[in-house]
Amino acid sequence: MLSNIFTVSFFVSLLASTIRLATPILLPALGQIYTQRAGILNLSVEGTMTIGAVAGFAATYYSGSLWLGILMGMAFGMLYSLLMAVLSVTLRANQVIAGTALNILGIGLAVFFYRVIFGIQSLPPQVEPFQMLKIPFLSEIPVIGVILFQHNIIVYLSFVMVVITWFILEKTTFGLKIKAVGENPKAADSKGVNVSKYRYFAVLIGGIYAGAAGAFMSIAYLNIFTESIIGGRGFIAVAVVIFARFLPIRAMWGALLFGVASALQLRLQALGIDVANQLMLMLPYALTIIALVLASKKADFPSAYAIPYSRKER
Amino acid sequence: MEEIKVNDYAVVMKNIVKEFYDVRANDNVNFLVKNGSIHGLLGENGAGKTTLMNVLYGLYHPEEGEIFINGIKQDIHSPTKAISLGIGMVHQHFMLARPFTIVENVMLGRKSRKGILLDTKETAKDLVALAEKYKMKIDPYAKIWQLSVGEQQRVEILTALYQGAEVLILDEPTAVLTPQEVDGLFVTLREMKNDGKSIILITHKLEEIVCIVDEVTVLRDGAMIGNVEVDCNTTKAELTKMMVGRDVLFNFEKSNSAAGEKKLTIKDLKVLNDKNFLALDGFSLDVHAGEIIGLAGVDGNGQKELCEALTGIRTVESGEVKLDTINIENKPPLFSIKKGIAHIPEDRHITGLALGWSLKKNLILKTFKDNSKFGLIDEKKIEDRWEKARVAYQIKANSGDDSARDLSGGNQQKVILARELENNPVILIANQPTRGLDIGATEYVRQKLLDAKGDGAGVLLVSADLEEILQLSDRIAVIYDGKLMGILPGGSDVKKIGELMMGKKLEVEQNAK
Repeated sequence: MLSNIFTVSFFVSLLASTIRLATPILLPALGQIYTQRAGILNLSVEGTMTIGAVAGFAATYYSGSLWLGILMGMAFGMLYSLLMAVLSVTLRANQVIAGTALNILGIGLAVFFYRVIFGIQSLPPQVEPFQMLKIPFLSEIPVIGVILFQHNIIVYLSFVMVVITWFILEKTTFGLKIKAVGENPKAADSKGVNVSKYRYFAVLIGGIYAGAAGAFMSIAYLNIFTESIIGGRGFIAVAVVIFARFLPIRAMWGALLFGVASALQLRLQALGIDVANQLMLMLPYALTIIALVLASKKADFPSAYAIPYSRKER
Repeated sequence: MEEIKVNDYAVVMKNIVKEFYDVRANDNVNFLVKNGSIHGLLGENGAGKTTLMNVLYGLYHPEEGEIFINGIKQDIHSPTKAISLGIGMVHQHFMLARPFTIVENVMLGRKSRKGILLDTKETAKDLVALAEKYKMKIDPYAKIWQLSVGEQQRVEILTALYQGAEVLILDEPTAVLTPQEVDGLFVTLREMKNDGKSIILITHKLEEIVCIVDEVTVLRDGAMIGNVEVDCNTTKAELTKMMVGRDVLFNFEKSNSAAGEKKLTIKDLKVLNDKNFLALDGFSLDVHAGEIIGLAGVDGNGQKELCEALTGIRTVESGEVKLDTINIENKPPLFSIKKGIAHIPEDRHITGLALGWSLKKNLILKTFKDNSKFGLIDEKKIEDRWEKARVAYQIKANSGDDSARDLSGGNQQKVILARELENNPVILIANQPTRGLDIGATEYVRQKLLDAKGDGAGVLLVSADLEEILQLSDRIAVIYDGKLMGILPGGSDVKKIGELMMGKKLEVEQNAK
């Protein structure tokens, strides 16, 4: 029996789907790196992703354009995170409470609009999702080709974003300012950096990434929208950021860890392993939590993490 | 004011009014700084010095008044604007992001030459050159948290200069430095003055800057009291009177009674700090009854951890602390409280008081059990207790039910003194007991420490303020990097203490007790 499981083709398909399953964690995590580096803990990522999923799905359903779907996911993700920015930056609300409330509201709104737009149908509406894009030559390489170069375009782009995010944070003035307003907003302010502006940017960027990831779920990973389509990935992404100590490369490893556990769980179930499927479903989440507990002790949080900034004036 | 030719001055601030809610922090203040001069801005804590400078730097918006920079009227609405006008500020609490490198901190405040990309290499090169010009030394790629306080100050000064500051404001620049570092700072400031830059030094301690400033403006209670030209020979008394509004007698009766028997023994103490590095590395010290032993040192050399270890708040890794013959290390705080160890903590807002609580309850924080009946608080008893403390310590408050937050710093410290000095402690650990207090309250607290000593307590006075150490201590111990550098007799030379504070070993007098 065991020799049937651990064949080369098993590992190839496991790793290929690991990369696919890591994408909807990786994307929002990269966005949240900006947000959290700027000192804002946004717990409404899950809700924002659900909104992105419904926006992307509806846009694609009616226009037939997948790219418009992704774009709409990003736009609505950004729009929704604007609420978080107003609450946490301008009104200086408690970020945990604001984020939790917006999370519930976001999921509710997404489902509500889905009903308004599509009504109740016996068969759920579907779209034609992003197709696999085989990279010429590279995808022909045995084993590696299948694992790395036979995915849809959004998957590739997400992994490219790891490098781009790192570059922006480490090599540009924009990144330096984002980190500064999270580390010592007073110092940034006294050096002429507009703290509110950069915190807004950071929250909105997080929203864009989350919206894109939501749309990925409904029009690239699946081809339908359901109420629980995000399935906790938003929260995992927030956790991955902390686990990754706010570094893009590490966030990628965190997302891949979740991905491999998810993929493994799916495959073992399909093989009919005799373990209750509820337990199997827990695997990726449990694994991520254990990794978090082990790693987060060392996390060096930005000094102004989750603390609103005010110049104490007027 | 009209007769003043604004062109002769680098900075003219006219009739500045700045209000916070209903308090006037600046009340019609006029402030003038001549071109190419070093100007002292003198006043007690809360006199409005920092507020005035924050107005000049664009952090606060004044309700009334005008500002002229180099003769041109300006509306300084933000630090960015101030920077563009050539105004730089070195804040008392440094405005630096600690995990960043020096060069990253500097780049934060200026436009990059490479557009959206950081110009790290170019900036680093410029910085080194600039530092050399003003006789400073830096490594631009060092992280801020690795630097000493003096080095951090240099980074702040360099940042301002690199942003093109022609007028440099320094808020209490000498407060955190050793005497030698102060000399280094003054060398730099003189270089800058020779370069035609104007410098404003905010301070509440005249004697530290009297030899370097050309002129001094004194503020009291938000109003300008006077403008005086000074030099090395100006006496302290006159200006202090301007600052405080009355004569201050800083000559305490220091009774030279012989110290009593050894009460507290600290031996080879090793303690970790919050980052799990060694904060105390084999620290030893004895405290005798009826003496004040001053522990001098630059902030962050293990003083806080020492006080916490002595009071049972922090775990001791190895070594021992003995009160008489009883070991008290790693015992719960209540144990040492009961044995008669009192503690005036460094930060009265965080560890000293429960700010939201009433004064009455703050007074009995350590003695809840003695002030309750059948597990319920005995209101009458604590009202009596409060009334006694209020009279004995001259605490200015409407009632014991006021929350501690509503009191001034001096009165807050009096509440802490009343609590800690109750029942005559055997050992009193006073960590920065007068930090942030005005002159009147400082005088009061210092007198109380001397009284406690007179009553037979052994006082361990931890202070970064050398003047305070010299004034009160019978013996002076110096801590550096978690180690005892040596013990000097009271009244020792400041320079000598300074050397120990910077880590130079004491060679001969190790047994100078």
